[in-house]
Amino acid sequence: MAYKIVASQCTGCSACEPECPNQAIFEKNGVFVIDPKKCTECIGYFDDAQCVAACPVDKTCIIDTGYPRYQAA
Amino acid sequence: MQPSSYVGIEQIQRTGQAQQLDRLLNEIAEHKGCGTSSDGGKASCGSSDGPADMAPEVWEKVKNHPCYSEEAHHHYARMHVAVAPACNIQCNYCNRKYDCANESRPGVVSEKLTPEQAAKKVLAVASTIPQMTVLGIAGPGDPLANPDKTFKTFELISKTAPDIKLCLSTNGLALPDHVDTIANFNVDHVTITVNMVDPEVGQHIYPWIYYKKKRWTGIDAAKILTERQMQGLEMLTARGILSKINSVMIPGINDQHLVEVNRAVKSRGAFLHNIMPLISAPEHGTVFGLNGQRGPTAQELKALQDACEGEMNMMRHCRQCRADAVGLLGEDRSAEFTTDKIDAMEVVYDADTRKAYQELVEQERQATVAAKEAEKSELAKLADAEGISLLIAVATKGQGKVNEHFGHASEFQIYEVDAKGSKFVGHRRVDLYCQGGYGEEDSLETVIRAINDCHAVFVAKIGGCPKDDLKKAGIDPVDKYAHQHIEQSVIAYFMDYVGRVRAGEITHQSRGDADIRQGAFIAA
Repeated sequence: MAYKIVASQCTGCSACEPECPNQAIFEKNGVFVIDPKKCTECIGYFDDAQCVAACPVDKTCIIDTGYPRYQAA
Repeated sequence: MQPSSYVGIEQIQRTGQAQQLDRLLNEIAEHKGCGTSSDGGKASCGSSDGPADMAPEVWEKVKNHPCYSEEAHHHYARMHVAVAPACNIQCNYCNRKYDCANESRPGVVSEKLTPEQAAKKVLAVASTIPQMTVLGIAGPGDPLANPDKTFKTFELISKTAPDIKLCLSTNGLALPDHVDTIANFNVDHVTITVNMVDPEVGQHIYPWIYYKKKRWTGIDAAKILTERQMQGLEMLTARGILSKINSVMIPGINDQHLVEVNRAVKSRGAFLHNIMPLISAPEHGTVFGLNGQRGPTAQELKALQDACEGEMNMMRHCRQCRADAVGLLGEDRSAEFTTDKIDAMEVVYDADTRKAYQELVEQERQATVAAKEAEKSELAKLADAEGISLLIAVATKGQGKVNEHFGHASEFQIYEVDAKGSKFVGHRRVDLYCQGGYGEEDSLETVIRAINDCHAVFVAKIGGCPKDDLKKAGIDPVDKYAHQHIEQSVIAYFMDYVGRVRAGEITHQSRGDADIRQGAFIAA
């Protein structure tokens, strides 16, 4: 799985963008989006998913169940 | 850290507001260590007495910074550019999702800017408003949680408009990491928001912080925050950068504790302390707004500010402005400078015209100071004036004069006057009472509630109906000082008042409390 950002909740504040260890986050139409192909759920980097930890709005960066759980190489 | 005099929330909630004010006043009495204002001739508010009051190098830094000098704020304008949307902490009084053009409070903006857009906006504003002397970055998040954007903006502006002072306002969490960069950009002024120096108190204000790649909550979060804030403040002081401390007064949570915060920041060299009332309307969607946490009354706020005034200057002219505000404090011209409008403007930055204009402003301002001094010597004839002290509300558009129509005032400036002199002690925002030339009953009531602790209101002009209603409410509407200097007029009124009391024409009575207005601010 990867994380995704609920667009309707995103304030576009950019707090998550520089924190992502995979540069998976980018801005699109004023809100931020996670590239699921790049997201590793921060596994191997940090204990906490950085987008979740930095986001000012609860339940905005959430697990995208459309993708299989990330497996560390 | 000094032992906390914090009183548990449960304990406070059981007591009434009046008791709370009493308790605050007791706390104040115990806190006389930092000395009170009146006898030392200490400037009341952010150095209003000018050069005689401080070291020349400090005066040079604050004399045209509207936020650091009460007196300068009548004459000089500032602007904020919203280049820093991200924040690294959460405060219970802040909700970043809410964004309304009619809202004036920190954290709210209408549009974010890139550093390049911001630099262009600064030039456009500086060319249109020559008395704009200060550029601040205050969010809407935290400037130091967006260091690249913040410093890029400073870099661009220091190249194109080197005469503009740069400043920033931060929560302090990331401050120690950036103090050297701040110093390198010749930033003279840094504001830190410090609401507590005790994590026990802090846990009720900050639900979490994001620090060192981790989210911290509760006491841990507040402990890290206060340590970083104090460290950052000490580092600023060591580099000779002036610091202002903003504190949000939250009744029952940190109101009494702020006396201790005042001590802590003063001992670390802070220049100015700005205690602001909590803004917490339910429609803002903040934690405090939703759980019914009230803000302080006008007299509660004033009592706390009076308590903390002493060797340290208190700022009382803060308008809690938006992170994209433009203009004199209390006015907002940001709508004139949207990105679209700036793109259509032809901007010619003319440093000489700006300088010439500012020299005129300086003359005007010196006239204001001279007028005040002249009147002060008259005051001496009154001796102790039977201990009478008055609050006077003033409708003004700036330049230190009584020059606004009662019905057009969106705020009133409050002056306190007694036998020792007059001083600015605050301002009260009011809804525009007069819209399109006719008065509205409801708004008049709002105005009266906001200045209910005042004996008189000075205006350039006032209609017959509001005049009668003000009189009924016990507030004397005065238009005879129209277009004169405020402090001169305040003192003249006071002398006349004391004379009438002595002649037995009137009896002096003290007034009650007043409301601090909550909710949306309709700017024009």
